[in-house]
Amino acid sequence: MIPPAFDYARPTSLDEAVRTLAEAGEDAKVLAGGQSLLPLLRLRLAFPELVVDVGRIPELRGIREDGDTLAVGALTTHHDVIHDPLVRRHAGLLAQATETVADPAVRHRGTLGGSLAHADPAGDLPAVVLALDAELVAVGPRGRRTIPAREFFADYLQSTLAPDELLVEIRVPKREGWGFHYEKFHRVAQSWAMVGVAALVRRDDGHIAEARIGLTNMGATPLRASAAEEALTGAGDAEAVARAAQSAAEGTRPSRDASASPEYRAHLARVLTKRAVLAAAGMG
Amino acid sequence: MTHISVTVDGTTYEDEVEPRLLLVHYLRDRLGLTGTPIGCDTSNCGACTVELDGASVKSCTVLAVQADGCEVTTVQGLARDGEWTALQRAFHERHALQCGYCTPGMIMAARDLLRENPHPTPDEVRKGLEGNLCRCTGYQNIVRAVLAVAEGETAPADQAASAQEVTA
Repeated sequence: MIPPAFDYARPTSLDEAVRTLAEAGEDAKVLAGGQSLLPLLRLRLAFPELVVDVGRIPELRGIREDGDTLAVGALTTHHDVIHDPLVRRHAGLLAQATETVADPAVRHRGTLGGSLAHADPAGDLPAVVLALDAELVAVGPRGRRTIPAREFFADYLQSTLAPDELLVEIRVPKREGWGFHYEKFHRVAQSWAMVGVAALVRRDDGHIAEARIGLTNMGATPLRASAAEEALTGAGDAEAVARAAQSAAEGTRPSRDASASPEYRAHLARVLTKRAVLAAAGMG
Repeated sequence: MTHISVTVDGTTYEDEVEPRLLLVHYLRDRLGLTGTPIGCDTSNCGACTVELDGASVKSCTVLAVQADGCEVTTVQGLARDGEWTALQRAFHERHALQCGYCTPGMIMAARDLLRENPHPTPDEVRKGLEGNLCRCTGYQNIVRAVLAVAEGETAPADQAASAQEVTA
C-alpha cells in the first residue's frame, strides 16, 4: 500500500513549524512519530497536500519537573515515557498504560503528543490524560494556550486544536500516594482496546477518598466515568467497589462494530472499572 | 523529490526520493536489499522490522525521508565476514523458523529485546516479540532461540555453519 503523494516540510524550530502550518491552512497534517498518520495515509484515509514533519524539533522532546507538574514534551516517544524515572515516580498510570500501547517497535517511534492529537477514542492514552486531569499546551500564530484534557477531545479523531496549532507539551499534575491501574480488554495482543479503564484512587484510612476514572472507547471521545467516581467515594472493600463500578457506563455512548455491541461495551466498562479500581486501591 | 542521505548496513546512500516513499520500499526497491520482507503492510506483523539509529522500527511505518541522516541496520547487515551473529546461529540451531518469512523481523526485534533486557524470562521474550507474528505459529522455537542466546548456549562461531555455506 502506497500513500497518496504529498509535499513535505521538515521545520527545525517551533517558530518555523508554526509558520509553516499557518501558511498551509487546512490541507496540512503534522507528522510526529507517524505511527497513526502513516497507516491512515497508506490506507488512503487521509489526503494532506502537505505533511509537516516536526520530528526534528529538539525542544519538543523530553520530560522535566515544573513544580507540582511534570512537563512532557509532545514529541517524547512512548519508549522514553515508559523508561523515564520522573514519569514512573510521579505519573505511574501514564507509564503503565503506555507499556500496553502497541508493541516495542511502534513505541520507539510513536509519541505521546501524536497519540493525543490523533484523538482516537480507542487509543489508550487519551483516557489516561483525562483521568490524570492533565493540561495540553498548544502553540499557534496567536500564541500559546493551555487546554484542560476535558476540553481537548472534540469528536472521533478530532481534537480542539486549530489547524495551525501544534501540541507542544503535556502537563501532568504529580500524584504521589495515589494508587493507579490501567485495565484494557482486547481480542489479540495488538488490537485496539475494545474498552479500557484508567483508574486513579487516593486512599484514606482504608477507604477510597477520591477516584478518577477515564474510559477508553466508550464514545466518540475518551470519557470520565463521573457517576462511578462519585459512587466510589468512601468505598472500603471489594464489595463496595463492585457496587460503585455498576455505574461506570452511565452517560456513555459506546459504538457498535464487528467485535462488540454497545451493550457488551457497557458490560466491559463495569467489569474493567471494578478490576482497575481494585488493583489501584490494592484491594484486589 | 526530497534529498536524503541514509547509511544502510554501513554504506551511505544519497538519493532523491518522493516524500511518500516508505522506508521498506526504499530498502527493497531502490537499494535491492530484499532481505527485509513486506508482510502485512499494516504495521501489525513486524516482518519488515529494521533498526533505525539503534532502535527497532517497522519499516512499513516509517517514511524514507524520516530516515534522512540516520543509520539503518537490516538483517543483511548483521553477519561479519560471513559469520553469523549468535542470534542468527541460535535461530538456525533451534529450528526457529519454518517458512522463514518472519525471521528477519524476528531477529531484528529479538536483538532489540536482548539489548534492553539481556536476561529475559520466557514470558518477557514473548512480550518483547509481541509485535512480530509468525504465520507458521512457530513461536516455541523462536522463544527457545532467544533464550539460548541470553543464556550463552549457542555454539561458538567457528563450529557453526557460516552464512556463506548455508546460502551457497
